[in-house]
Amino acid sequence: MNARYRTSVLSLVPERLQTSDPPSAAEDQRDSDLSDAPDIQPPPLPGKPQLVELFADSRDGGAVGFALAQIPRAQSILWVQDRMCAQEMGQPHGRALARFGGDPDRLILACARHAGDVLWTMEEGLACPTLGAVIGEIWGEPKALDFTATKRLALRAERTGIAVFLIRFGAATASASVARRRWRVTSTASAPHPHDPRAPGEPRWRTELFRARDARPGTWEGGYDHAAHRLHLAAPLRDPALAATALRREGDG
Amino acid sequence: MLARPGPHGPVIHDMNAAAAALGMTRGARVTDMRTLVPDLRVEDAEERLDHADLARLSHWCRRWCPWTRTDGTDGLMLDTTGADHLWGGEAALVADMRRAFTQLGLTVRIAIAPTVGSAWAFARHGREKVEICPPDRLAARLGSLPVAALRLDGNTVLLLERLGFRTITALAEVPRAAMARRFRHGTPLPANPLARLDQVMGRTTEPLVAAAITEPLRSLRTLAEPVTEPDSFTHVLGHLMLDLATQMEARNIGARCLRFTGFRVDGGVSAIQVATSRPSREPEHLAKLFENKIETLDPGFGFEAMVLDVIDGQDLALSQADLSGETDTGVALSRLIDRLIARLGRQSVLRPLGHGSHVPERAEILVPADTEMPSPAGSMAAEAAESPPPYRPLRLLSQPEEVEVLHAIPDGPPARFIWRRQTHRVVRSGGPERIAPEWWREKSIVRLRDYYNVEDSAGRRYWIYREGVAGDGRGGNPHWFMHGLDA
Repeated sequence: MNARYRTSVLSLVPERLQTSDPPSAAEDQRDSDLSDAPDIQPPPLPGKPQLVELFADSRDGGAVGFALAQIPRAQSILWVQDRMCAQEMGQPHGRALARFGGDPDRLILACARHAGDVLWTMEEGLACPTLGAVIGEIWGEPKALDFTATKRLALRAERTGIAVFLIRFGAATASASVARRRWRVTSTASAPHPHDPRAPGEPRWRTELFRARDARPGTWEGGYDHAAHRLHLAAPLRDPALAATALRREGDG
Repeated sequence: MLARPGPHGPVIHDMNAAAAALGMTRGARVTDMRTLVPDLRVEDAEERLDHADLARLSHWCRRWCPWTRTDGTDGLMLDTTGADHLWGGEAALVADMRRAFTQLGLTVRIAIAPTVGSAWAFARHGREKVEICPPDRLAARLGSLPVAALRLDGNTVLLLERLGFRTITALAEVPRAAMARRFRHGTPLPANPLARLDQVMGRTTEPLVAAAITEPLRSLRTLAEPVTEPDSFTHVLGHLMLDLATQMEARNIGARCLRFTGFRVDGGVSAIQVATSRPSREPEHLAKLFENKIETLDPGFGFEAMVLDVIDGQDLALSQADLSGETDTGVALSRLIDRLIARLGRQSVLRPLGHGSHVPERAEILVPADTEMPSPAGSMAAEAAESPPPYRPLRLLSQPEEVEVLHAIPDGPPARFIWRRQTHRVVRSGGPERIAPEWWREKSIVRLRDYYNVEDSAGRRYWIYREGVAGDGRGGNPHWFMHGLDA
């Protein structure tokens, strides 16, 4: 696994431990958490580009930020939506792309009629070596999105080395898929705003990896570091009170 | 009546007969003419298109003879030497021309004369609508025409008229030496009556140089047997494409738009068309664009001939791939755009384009991805570098959706809202960012918007706005709308 992520997590966790001063009972609690938690491990972000499937609720745009945070900075992006996604979730807004290190001038937005066209467009995009990433959005569970379709995408992505994100909005069940990583992404309370305590700050997500080919499933808390253009994942703190304290302190600092 | 921009406001470019009857003159100012005729209908003149139309008309005139060209903004010249007998003599030729132009809805004055200059003179200044002047009567028939018929510019005509020369005869009777002293040898043609007179009388030659017509880029294949299978169309297309690519390479042209036509046995025609976002003559790439459309060709009982032609081409110089064999990044991307457009349609492959507006849905419009990129200064990245951009959500709903909001009276931030029949409790909210309506574009009843970026108790982030403030006199209580979702 990628060494960069390993260091980031290890440096994050002790900082939280140092800055919080809860009673000793909680200390024990946390220790036991750390010891038996399967989650404390390097975040399972793929080292090389591959097909990643993201499941998101139909009222939650968080998965898009999670995908954008993993795309190389200022690259051409092919973004495909089927009709329902464009209607229900809106279309990408170029100006906001800069917040996630994207370049609105290099965005190509394709509006497909149905899932079949989305998959075809994504495959075509993978034939273009100069693209930085392909993002496809599919609403619900269409028939066209079957095992074979995902397999074609996954193999092509690995051959050409272009990151592919397939975002599934409003899918009730996760159908069979060859996606190398399958995440369920939901938004959680954002980081404190640096200047305005009442305003939402940098976004954060609760990300659950429920199927992966070469990593252990688990749940992480994700955030985006704009300066370094990097997605950082950390294990969530189990104790809600503690999590709140840590969040507050981070905001003060 | 048509108007074109002049130095002091629009001037009259041209007019119809009704306007001419009312006393309108070419070159007069439109405002002056409006005072005479208040209900004047004025349209903008499109001189470039007029000229293009005239050029096409001159090509069409090659039905009568091979040498044709346009003359000024409103004339055509044809060299009918050696062509008139094919139409049964000059009179029959002129009759056929009149018939053809009348069918097009055009009124014409036609003259046939031995020289270019005399034909011009008869067509524009002759007394009859149709004049045919045999060579032996040239001097006599020309003599009575005014000096303006000599293709001279306005100042020279004015000068000659002041000198008392009303007709060509009067001018021709002046001794040559006297004329030559006044209008020296080097004087340009439109200001030199002597040289013009020589041209009209045929003493100096004036050949009619026809504009060259560029050969259309086209490749044709007649088939030994009618074909009905899409597979064979693809096969034929491959051959035609190779041929066409060679032709295009010879002329340094790349195709922007191609048409593949099948000619059916029963006389019908079926065609498909593709377009590219930048000129290309790669056979494989172009053939791929036709891939999904080839089934829409309707062969009927079979095609007996197939044609591939370039409808629109652009200059494309020869280029060489670099030694590493890497393809140019722009080329690869534009090919991708072409392929997507061929399948999804031009209106479905878009790119965002910054637009000078504060209203979020107008600040960024989506244009077809094959439109030319704006200059770097106009791009959104350059715009963002100038000032820190305001908060915008990652996704914008195409139509803002009304939400029911609980908020502090009169204009507090939202505390709870119902969107799509579900209640969201707002935990944190930033803003408001006030965006005023664009009064120069919208009606006066449009209300201002206060945008809030809110986060609900589940951590989901939205961009909602209140339209108007209570008591702004533009409607009742303000309404709230959901406009965007954020990551």
